[in-house]
Amino acid sequence: MEFFAISLLNGVSYGLLLFMLSSGLTLIFSMMGVLNFAHASFYMLGAYFAYSLGLQVGFFPALLLAPVLVGLVGALVERYGLRAVHKYGHVPELLFTFGLAYLIEESVKVIWGLPAVPFRVPALLDGPLFTLYSTSFPKLRGFMMLVAVAMLLSIYIMLTRTRIGLVIQAALSHPQTVEALGHNVPRVFMLVFGGGCALAGLAGVIGGVAFITEPSMAASVGPIVFVVAVVGGMGSLAGAFLASLLIGVIQTFAIALDWSVAGLMKTFGVAVTEQTPLYSLLKLQLSEVAPVLPYLLLVLMLIFRPKGLLGTRAD
Amino acid sequence: MRYQPLNLGRWIIWGFTALLMIVLPLVFKSGFAITLISQMGIAIIFTLSYNMLLGQGGMLSFGHAVYSGLGAYIAVHALNMASKGQLWMPLSLLPLVGGLAGAFFGVIFGYVTTKRAGTTFAMITLGIGELVFNCSLMFPGFFGGEGGITTNRVFGEPFLGINFGPAIQVYYLIAVWCLLSMALMYAWSHTPLGRIANAVRDNPERAEFVGYDTQKVRWLTLIISAFFAGVAGGLACITFEIVTAENVSAVRSGGVLLAAFIGGVGFFFGPIIGACLFVYFVVALADHTKAWLLYLGLFFMAMVMFAPGGIASLIMMQFPVIARSRFKELVPHYARTGATGLLVLAALVLTVEMTYKVSVDSANGTMMKMFGVAFDAAGVVPWAIAIGLWIVGGLLFDKARKRLAHAWGEIQADIAGARS
Repeated sequence: MEFFAISLLNGVSYGLLLFMLSSGLTLIFSMMGVLNFAHASFYMLGAYFAYSLGLQVGFFPALLLAPVLVGLVGALVERYGLRAVHKYGHVPELLFTFGLAYLIEESVKVIWGLPAVPFRVPALLDGPLFTLYSTSFPKLRGFMMLVAVAMLLSIYIMLTRTRIGLVIQAALSHPQTVEALGHNVPRVFMLVFGGGCALAGLAGVIGGVAFITEPSMAASVGPIVFVVAVVGGMGSLAGAFLASLLIGVIQTFAIALDWSVAGLMKTFGVAVTEQTPLYSLLKLQLSEVAPVLPYLLLVLMLIFRPKGLLGTRAD
Repeated sequence: MRYQPLNLGRWIIWGFTALLMIVLPLVFKSGFAITLISQMGIAIIFTLSYNMLLGQGGMLSFGHAVYSGLGAYIAVHALNMASKGQLWMPLSLLPLVGGLAGAFFGVIFGYVTTKRAGTTFAMITLGIGELVFNCSLMFPGFFGGEGGITTNRVFGEPFLGINFGPAIQVYYLIAVWCLLSMALMYAWSHTPLGRIANAVRDNPERAEFVGYDTQKVRWLTLIISAFFAGVAGGLACITFEIVTAENVSAVRSGGVLLAAFIGGVGFFFGPIIGACLFVYFVVALADHTKAWLLYLGLFFMAMVMFAPGGIASLIMMQFPVIARSRFKELVPHYARTGATGLLVLAALVLTVEMTYKVSVDSANGTMMKMFGVAFDAAGVVPWAIAIGLWIVGGLLFDKARKRLAHAWGEIQADIAGARS
């Protein structure tokens, strides 16, 4: 019970962090049809910006400033890079962001160096939030959930209750009509791209302190975020939310469990030794398989439900 | 059967390529040069096989290293078995083993990935790539864990004095396989399947209306492409005598995409240029700077933005101009643009290297040497020079570029006018 509750909390908080990333990716994709390969790189930029700013102004101002800076970088990239490539079609756009991911990772290496930087939890968020039975739940995890939920609510309110949100929603499905009504659709695109990148940056600040701030952090989280976007259904925010939580919980549980097929067979009285065929497969523990699970889920999803959990289109 | 005249130009080009491959190691005899051209040969096969997907089939894959890497793994295990005498196989056929293994995994993974096209295909290949890479840590028996699987390519009795010990013998093995693969892949692009792959790339809906199963076309294309990727993997296994998890990693998959695109996916010879350039970047540039991937990434982005057809298309664009003997009008423009472009490049290199020195590598002091000049990277003067280069170079380059575009436009308009 104790294990279950703590793992669930950890899984949900990790899932919410994933959603902070995948929401921006999904917004950008559904709006512009661009799959932003560099999305996780903006996540990394958020962590590094917050680290450098944090040294000057402290963690909490940096928590606000870093995403704004990342969003600005994102908007500039859209205005002066992506917009020029737009006329060639979606694949060159994807390739552009692919190159951008290289560029950001290498720039980070040149500016901050290859080893991890000491980006630490501020004293206010250090320590346990509460103790359940004998396991404690860290404050930082609670803060992570708080920020994610606050962000989720503000996106929802912005998209459904404000004027700019309505324009964005309209531009999603009928860009020409919106343009004909006198709205500057390219500027809306720039806003959405910048906004999505800022969300990734915000996730990066939290992810940077919660995990580790190093140049490979983008490459380690990037593929998972794409899995979330595809499993949830390309372009569906609600689907991304579900998939984020699902993958967050699955991974957290799997890492903590040492179940294996061999163990299962043993409980049924079947002896498994090194001579058994496929022994190396049978003895694998669930915790060892954990990194592969999201990708397995992706493959299964594509075989049995190609449009994703809540997606509406198959391509 | 239709009468087809002997295509003399084609024979000359292929003959010349073969001759070049034979002569190159006789001209450049150093060990470094042999390593370089050996790697280029492998990269050419790998990049061409990748272009079968991207260029001919319109499938953007982020996981092509899966096929070359798994091909290399099967090959290295086969080689180890052969040297123990458990399996009879001459070393020269090892790439075939790699190729068949690649094709086998192409059949399995391709069935899943080719269900979809476009962006989703790209995402699934990324997922499959991560899947296989993460599996490499789960099955240390097959993948060799962190250290990888090592082997020794020299085994058995030498045949006609060839035992593939010296690098030069391995080079000629690579050259033979490279030429063979190039010819086969070129021939493939003219088969009905190759043609239909183009149709599926350009308009899947119409191809389906004509009665072709687009998924099947993509699947078959991927299997053949995976075969050649496996051949490249087998050759890499022979050359390096080690196969590690890096062979199936996203870094490899990304590299082949960069190489193919920079070379140009629209022409058959584009990826060949790209592969040679990429290997040169990796091998030669990595010695001089830590930031070589940064330069490569920037170069790639510049290509995506300004020359989406790659280097091959830039070359092909010149031919109509040359044919109308207008090329000499462009030469001064090219020279001016190139020279001012070098200024911008110098500014970029200076900025990047000084940033690196100051921020990361300052433990041994901030003195550094570039272009034969020693200076202090923390000083004001070098930074002022860099900023000056950016401004002057940028302005001059922009001017030269605009004049080139103007001259180019005029010539194109004349050509179009003469045609109509």
